[in-house]
Amino acid sequence: MIKKRYILNFPPDSGDKPFSYHLVKDYDIRINILKAEVYPGKRGSLLLELQGKKENIEQGVEYLRKQNIICESLEKRIHFQEEKCIDCGNCTAVCFAGALTMNRETWKLEFDKSQCVVCELCIPACPLHLFEIDFK
Amino acid sequence: MSKIKTYEEINRKLKSGEAVILTAEEVAKMALECSPEEIVEKVDVVTTATFGAMCSSGAIINFGHAIPPIRMEKIRLNGVPCYEGLAAVDSYIGATACDPENPEYGGAHVIQDLLEGKDVELEAWAKGTDCYPRKHIKTTININTINEFILFNPRNAYQNYNVAVNTTKKMIHTYMGTLLPNMRNATYSTSGELSPLMNDPEFRTIGIGTRIFLGGTQGFVVWPGTQFNTSKPKNEHGIPVSNAATIAVMGNLKEMSAEYLQAAYFDKYGVSLFVGIGIPIPVLDVDMAKRVSVNNSQIETSVLDYGTVGTPKLGQVSYEELRTGTIKVDGKKVRTAPVSSLSKARKIAEELKQWLKTGEFEISKPVQMFPKNTSLKGLKETEAGND
Repeated sequence: MIKKRYILNFPPDSGDKPFSYHLVKDYDIRINILKAEVYPGKRGSLLLELQGKKENIEQGVEYLRKQNIICESLEKRIHFQEEKCIDCGNCTAVCFAGALTMNRETWKLEFDKSQCVVCELCIPACPLHLFEIDFK
Repeated sequence: MSKIKTYEEINRKLKSGEAVILTAEEVAKMALECSPEEIVEKVDVVTTATFGAMCSSGAIINFGHAIPPIRMEKIRLNGVPCYEGLAAVDSYIGATACDPENPEYGGAHVIQDLLEGKDVELEAWAKGTDCYPRKHIKTTININTINEFILFNPRNAYQNYNVAVNTTKKMIHTYMGTLLPNMRNATYSTSGELSPLMNDPEFRTIGIGTRIFLGGTQGFVVWPGTQFNTSKPKNEHGIPVSNAATIAVMGNLKEMSAEYLQAAYFDKYGVSLFVGIGIPIPVLDVDMAKRVSVNNSQIETSVLDYGTVGTPKLGQVSYEELRTGTIKVDGKKVRTAPVSSLSKARKIAEELKQWLKTGEFEISKPVQMFPKNTSLKGLKETEAGND
């Protein structure tokens, strides 16, 4: 069993398919919706956590992509200019998901992207503007 | 009789390479096993450092005279307003200055751009005089075209600082970072036992003329900082338990490095400048050995509610507690986060140690000690109802 987060972007004409039903029923994947935004007539975006057997998840993602849904791992959608980070810690103050933490020995920032729930609070909280998340 | 060392003695040891130099964190650890009497025998200089956002910072710039010359009476650098009341081509750009139309780019960013060698647009206006006939100029400058470029920060390196929380139901945006509602987080700022003014709380070695690490080069303490306050309550270890004294510092920006100065924008607050400061503290006697031995469990600070007018105090915690990641306020567990960089501060303390070791940095006795028994005035309002 593995657990992985994906960002899904739906084109305007794909909103009426019961894809989550198929993920559960056909691929035996547990899904957890962490964030959803729908822009009627335009597009929709979802942050999904998929839990299941590795090959099932791979096939489920393949199924989604065949439905014209853009499906990318969350890590690929988070952009962090790590080399410019000064390890001030401001982002860790707002990251209640625990993705951004300070190492208690080195006091350098640690970013576990797999814990991110795309609350996007770190984006304005970083005084150097080093975060970007591509959700929509 | 207990040992007493002079500045001259320590400088001689630094020159000959015999001096023992530790960071304030190293000496705090050493003090768990050694007495102050042993530390004064073993250690000569202790390096302290901080790297935090310090809003009361800025730069003096002399642009040089154009032909025909202009007496600059309104000045913009990349659109950021600079002070125009200093002769014809002198100016001061404050770190927090900005064009309200472009609030995320301010004086700190101009300073950083110049420091990094980038071109910056200078535009200035004047009424025109017989000796300065010009009324307008628009040109580009950079670090090499300007005469002087001097960092002059009226208030830096606070001796201790408050912990910020927010008890209201709304998220608030402050210079202490984003404070989540219902006390869901707490932010703190100083480097604790590594922080310069916590290691010499009575200012026996830090005063006017003290040579320091400033932004990657040698700078100086030039005055007590603004809002210099020696009357704040202290704990049993002699450490004020809230923001107290400060220093004014100065140094040649042309020699500084962007590694140790960083422009910042705090959401819905404004622009600030992260400043890297390191101060060497000579271990002159047993009393100084005791001072530099202070550790995070002995340094306490006040937890203030930034969501309520008057920022009421909700509690008192030690830096040891703050660094564990959670503190208790009013019986409630609150997650903590730093807003100044301890890893950078450590780097500065190490770099300063190297400078001292190689003999390129001499410690200096203050030419004038800081004042004692100072306190702070608020701003009285003479007209009612003007908010």
